[in-house]
Amino acid sequence: MSDSASLRLQAVAIGALRDINLEVRPGELVCLSGPSGSGKSRLLRTVADLDVHDGEITLGDLRQGQVAGHVWRSAVMLVPAESQWWAETVGEHFPGDAIIDLTPIGFDADVVEWSVSRLSSGEKQRLALARAVARAPRALLLDEPTANLDPDNIQRIERWLQGIIRERRLPVLWVAHDQAQIRRVADRHFRLRGDTLERS
Amino acid sequence: MDVIELSWWQLGLASLLVIALAACTHFTRLGLGRDILIAAVRTVLQLALIGLVLEALFSVGSLHWVALMAVAMLLIAGREVMARQKRRLSGGWAFGIGTLSMFVSSFTVTVLTLTVIIGPDPWYTPQYAIPLLGMMLGNTMTGVALGLDRLTDGVWRQRQLIENRLMLGETWSQAVVDIRRDAMRSGMIPMINAMATAGVVSLPGMMTGQILAGSPPALAVKYQILVMFTITVGTGFGTVAAVAAGSRRLFDERERLRTDRLHTA
Repeated sequence: MSDSASLRLQAVAIGALRDINLEVRPGELVCLSGPSGSGKSRLLRTVADLDVHDGEITLGDLRQGQVAGHVWRSAVMLVPAESQWWAETVGEHFPGDAIIDLTPIGFDADVVEWSVSRLSSGEKQRLALARAVARAPRALLLDEPTANLDPDNIQRIERWLQGIIRERRLPVLWVAHDQAQIRRVADRHFRLRGDTLERS
Repeated sequence: MDVIELSWWQLGLASLLVIALAACTHFTRLGLGRDILIAAVRTVLQLALIGLVLEALFSVGSLHWVALMAVAMLLIAGREVMARQKRRLSGGWAFGIGTLSMFVSSFTVTVLTLTVIIGPDPWYTPQYAIPLLGMMLGNTMTGVALGLDRLTDGVWRQRQLIENRLMLGETWSQAVVDIRRDAMRSGMIPMINAMATAGVVSLPGMMTGQILAGSPPALAVKYQILVMFTITVGTGFGTVAAVAAGSRRLFDERERLRTDRLHTA
């Protein structure tokens, strides 16, 4: 990715959160944590422009309100904690031309022919990350990307994601619960408290 | 052949049978006795009333009155479309989209059929215009109501899936394409089935009526084919228009899914 850019939030207000200002630099991994109901997922949805909100969000020269919704979301891609699958096979959920190597996350190439109905929740989560990465986004918003994984896979996915983030110089917001994970992956860490973000 | 006159006491005999059915369902505790009687009374009142209205309309026969009647029928159909949706668009959109798409399809097809194909003089002669429009609206209404109900219910049930597709950078119409296709199909299938079984399984009501009224069957059949075709066209375009407009309204200018624009009846 040559056109790496910072993800900037200015005076964003959504739900209880007020006046959120944040800059995530290219290749930087910022973790967000906080009690459930504090608005972490809501904040990620806002950055992806899925909820009506106040404030301005930009990715380099790209301004959220000035490009079509789908253009913004293919650049700033949100991967939700629980993924949804609409087609019969795994492969149909991947963009046709961009095949990515799935061995680092523990799948053989024939996974594209698997039926979606036989996927476990952990497999779904790993493949949901892969289908997002395969679309070559310019920023990633990850909502508890390892929530359904066993310890081995957690480490594997962390390493894989960190590699992609560094290599493609993507700005990343990562919602996490586990303090140990935050220490392993985060360049910076913010807690959602009341109506604001607190550096920790 | 003249039609045999039917007098009110003969209808009274038929009503005794309905009362007998209501009594039976009452004693077998089906809980439908009341509903049957109320529905039967409504039939008598509504049809008697429309009989009077049609007699008056036929004797006047002016464009104004025919148009007024047509608009009244359209508004009632629009209200019915709205009432048949479990989750409907709020702020008058459910009524507006349903009514407008029925107006565009039913009225266009009816006027085209009258002016180009049947050609009575004047073209709005109520004996042709009102029954034709009535059959068009009745069927288009069913199609539009089924389509919109299927659309709003499908979007509500699959809102997470639609949003996940949006998150992956799909446009709003890509994200809703499966549900929209389903909704359009379910609106049109009843009419396609009716065409496929016409004359084999069921004798269409209009044709039967015409034959009872003394028309030669060959002519009644021609009219029935014409009506089936126009109804199919009207239902098809009406359903497509309503589902297309309805699905657009479920997304805003930022292509966000707006299920807050739906409310339950």
